[in-house]
Amino acid sequence: MRTRPAARFLQYVAVVCYLVFLGFPLLWLISSSLKSPREFAGITPSLLPDHLDFSNYSDAMNEQGLIRGLGNSLQISIATTVLVLIVSLPVAYALARFRTRLRPVTNGWILVSQVFPVILIVIPLFMILRPLHLTNTIPGVVIVYMVWSLPFALWMLQGYVAAVPRELEEAASVDGASRLRTIVSIVMPLLRPGLIATAMFTFISAWNEFFFALVLLQDPELKTLPLVLARFVGAEGQVQFGPLAAASVLATVPSLVFFAFLQRRLTSGLLSGAVKG
Amino acid sequence: MTATVTAPAPTPVRKTGKPKQNREAIFLFLPALLPVLLLSVYPLIRGIALGFTDARAGLNVDTNFIGFENFSKLLHNGLFWDSFRIGIIWTLSVTILQFVAALGLALLLNTTIRFRGVARTIALIPWAMPPVVVAIMWRLLLHPTNGPVNEILQKLHLTDHPINFLGDFSTALPAVIVVGIWVGMPMTTITLLAGLQGIDRSLYEAAAVDGASAWSQFWNITLPQLRTVIVAITSLDLIWNFNSFGLVYVLTAGGPGGKTMLPMLFAYNEAFRYGNFGMAAAMGDVMVVIIIVFLAFYLRNRLRSEA
Repeated sequence: MRTRPAARFLQYVAVVCYLVFLGFPLLWLISSSLKSPREFAGITPSLLPDHLDFSNYSDAMNEQGLIRGLGNSLQISIATTVLVLIVSLPVAYALARFRTRLRPVTNGWILVSQVFPVILIVIPLFMILRPLHLTNTIPGVVIVYMVWSLPFALWMLQGYVAAVPRELEEAASVDGASRLRTIVSIVMPLLRPGLIATAMFTFISAWNEFFFALVLLQDPELKTLPLVLARFVGAEGQVQFGPLAAASVLATVPSLVFFAFLQRRLTSGLLSGAVKG
Repeated sequence: MTATVTAPAPTPVRKTGKPKQNREAIFLFLPALLPVLLLSVYPLIRGIALGFTDARAGLNVDTNFIGFENFSKLLHNGLFWDSFRIGIIWTLSVTILQFVAALGLALLLNTTIRFRGVARTIALIPWAMPPVVVAIMWRLLLHPTNGPVNEILQKLHLTDHPINFLGDFSTALPAVIVVGIWVGMPMTTITLLAGLQGIDRSLYEAAAVDGASAWSQFWNITLPQLRTVIVAITSLDLIWNFNSFGLVYVLTAGGPGGKTMLPMLFAYNEAFRYGNFGMAAAMGDVMVVIIIVFLAFYLRNRLRSEA
């Protein structure tokens, strides 16, 4: 369909407006992280810093709690991702390949777990984990994250499994390969893009998570990066915008990098999950 | 004992390998089953039940079943109803405005304009950011003295004094809603875009041959074709927004004067500031009921109008 030049022009204007709305905030955060304290005190804020000042980053890195938070977040996110992959792959395979009664049950659970407000879950979780001495520990948070990342991981992965042609597996089984062997040497390699996408998503959701961590981790030594950042904000009056902005940028980098990778696959992956689920 | 001996489990009749498949499937489910039962299914049920008790924080506190006492107390708790009203305003505003904005962007990204790839990447930024960072960032943007939003408004002479968006009684909720829209737009946009790309192009060609205007094509082809995707994503957005916590917790912590106290924040305070686990769970129960009733109405109406 031909678009008239005037309409086309309006389309570009609209796109630019959208992109400014969606992109400007991050630009401002980055620019704030590069401003000197003196510039912050100035009257008129400007998008471009007078000169690039990286002292905010070194200040942020010198902050004890921040580095520890970074370490804790990294540990928790990696452990969660590995566990989720190990647990979700067989389930996703079963969901996509077998007609079992567990299938509607699992899909029902995936839905229910989205509807319930986490407040209803976090109180009993707290009461279950406490006698096991798992509150205020990193393993405690990891298993909670694993269970609560599963719905989305399963939803994504079963779409990817369903996309692997069944004939390949049948051929392997005719050749005498066992089911396990078929999964490991036929399905897994074809599933690599799906596994990578699922891993990135799980990592990001664990890296960004706030609520469970807020309730389950009280010890300052164990706090994750989002908790540390949130506490900085709480200390109003004393708040130093420069280092806070720098720390925020650092906390965003892993997710942004993963998203850049995922960008292309996002549309197809989500929808294939949606169609199958 | 004899009963078990004389009545052995009937050996499963193998019909084209189906029971075997079932057993294999259960085997594959096993590693997920225990953690999910222990940390998801059980807490859900326990959480619902907790609303009918007087459970409190602390290690050795007795918990008693008290029936509907929590709920009758809630009925007379004005602050709780205020928070519900705020929660509903927040949920509906964010979901509807976000949907309209996202649909516009998805339509634009589905045209043949240049730099679509770049635009799509930029449009994903809010999704990739941790909610806590989003909150910090918007506090910088909306800051009364250092923030660019106030600077721009003053340059344009839309206001003569700096506005304390997040601290002012009248502006706090709208400001928080704008941030909520910003955060949720990417997910909604991408989903709608995927739906748009799934529409059969020949429908538009046929309509163009019949001389249908762009508007009538949008109204008579695009919207009906997108219906399932729209219903799915708006339902999810409704649930997510109603249950949202971290963003507003860091932006305003429910202030000023409780003007942005979403139900989740209210329940969180009840549970972990005042230690009233039972009461907080009761609030959670009310939230679940509201979500389910709301979804039931919404989905029924949508599905009926489809038929």
